[in-house]
Amino acid sequence: MEVPRHWRLKKQRYALVGEVCPHCSSKIFPPRDVCPYCGGEAKTQFSFSGRGQVYSFTQMTNVPTGYEQSAPYTMALVQLEEGPVVTAQLTDLGEQHVEIGMPVEMVTRKIRTDMDDRGIIIYGYKFRPVMQA
Amino acid sequence: MMNDYATDPILLKPRNPVGILGYGAYVPRYRLPATEVARLWKGGDGEGLPIKEKAVPGFDEDTITMSIEASRNALKRAAIDPKDIRAVWIGSESHPYAVKPSSTIVGEAIGCSPHIQAGDWEFACKAGTEAMVAAIGFVGSGMAKYALAIGMDTAQGRPGDALEYTAAAGGAAFILSPAEEAVATINATFSYVTDTPDFWRRPQQNYPEHGQRFTGDPAYFKHITEAGKHMMQAMNTTAADYKYAVFHQPNTKFPQRVAGLLGFSKEQYKTGLLSPVIGNTYAGAAIIGLTAILDEAEPGDRILLVSFGSGAGSDAMDITVTDRILERRDKALKTQDYIARRTEIDYATYTRMRGTLTMR
Ligand SMILES: [Zn+2]
Repeated sequence: MEVPRHWRLKKQRYALVGEVCPHCSSKIFPPRDVCPYCGGEAKTQFSFSGRGQVYSFTQMTNVPTGYEQSAPYTMALVQLEEGPVVTAQLTDLGEQHVEIGMPVEMVTRKIRTDMDDRGIIIYGYKFRPVMQA
Repeated sequence: MMNDYATDPILLKPRNPVGILGYGAYVPRYRLPATEVARLWKGGDGEGLPIKEKAVPGFDEDTITMSIEASRNALKRAAIDPKDIRAVWIGSESHPYAVKPSSTIVGEAIGCSPHIQAGDWEFACKAGTEAMVAAIGFVGSGMAKYALAIGMDTAQGRPGDALEYTAAAGGAAFILSPAEEAVATINATFSYVTDTPDFWRRPQQNYPEHGQRFTGDPAYFKHITEAGKHMMQAMNTTAADYKYAVFHQPNTKFPQRVAGLLGFSKEQYKTGLLSPVIGNTYAGAAIIGLTAILDEAEPGDRILLVSFGSGAGSDAMDITVTDRILERRDKALKTQDYIARRTEIDYATYTRMRGTLTMR
């Protein structure tokens, strides 16, 4: 992926910054400037809490180029407490067993690096088992 | 001749009093027992190991990601708009980029940018307190309302070297503010710095070199006792005036011995002594001890912190906890929460997580 695209996406990637619809109050992620629920214009920034639960998941053993170091890993659909569902890697599982409905929280982690050790490091959201009581 | 520190105005004190508004720690999940390193390199001889186990970062963690989490914890306690933070300064010897500041990425992730000073500080294991002292000046001069100072490392030792037992990952973040808002007031700081070649790493080298036994007396003990002793002399205090003391902790024994040299008892240093269970977190080592103390301290408690960085130098800080600690400290994960989250790994997994296996 080219550097300019990473740069444009950094706010949503680093901190789950999406949008809130001024017409129907829906929370939108990823940001798309148009509300998918009511069709109105929605450009107001909204920072998601990062809390959610596992909606579905799968173990990845055959992984795309650039992700070999971390294989095998678990990809999940995470339903955020504000509504939207995002696709993300689960991390810091240790020996913890993943199940649907498991509460998770967002952390910012290294996703991968471009061009081995010479390219930029791409950071973004992952989810881990919730630590906060 | 020795300076008369009692009358010489050597203490660093900002014009406006400064304190800690919010603080946060981070320790990664994985632990490598020292017995695992000994199993591989010493034929299983587990005698006299420097610590019990050390914290190891996951393959997707580095000084930037760990700084982001510690800073988010500090922000939860501070409960301010991140835009009011006017500096993001990170002390580390393991910045992921040789050229490109860690602080720009951390600032963006926590929502401080773009109107910030951002910079990465280097001074071996005291880079974190160096950033804190700078932040105290930045806030205390009135230039900035708040400043964020971080000490964080993912330290590595050469396989089989003595440092491999202890070189660990973790650290802490502090938001400095005017003292009247703070959970702890920083009464003064005092530093002691000399040119001492006890430990170093040249460019392009993966692992540091150290001056073997030279790292002890002329480096660690000399600098910490000079800074600590003269701080107390100038503050007109003795060890008995402090409820807690915390020192740089490269292993278990050094901080215990230096505490004794300065007149502190186990009762005073035990809360902040984390190296036995997380290892030496380098720029994070003294200050993550401070976060563990702040998690427990009562209003009015006084704390003496003395860091040490090879090369060499020490920063001493005299700190008093305020009433606000009680309402703020439960707003984020505590240092011991991270220490309790623990998955033990073996040497093979450790090697893989540290990215030292060549994939092609
Ligand atoms: Zn809408």
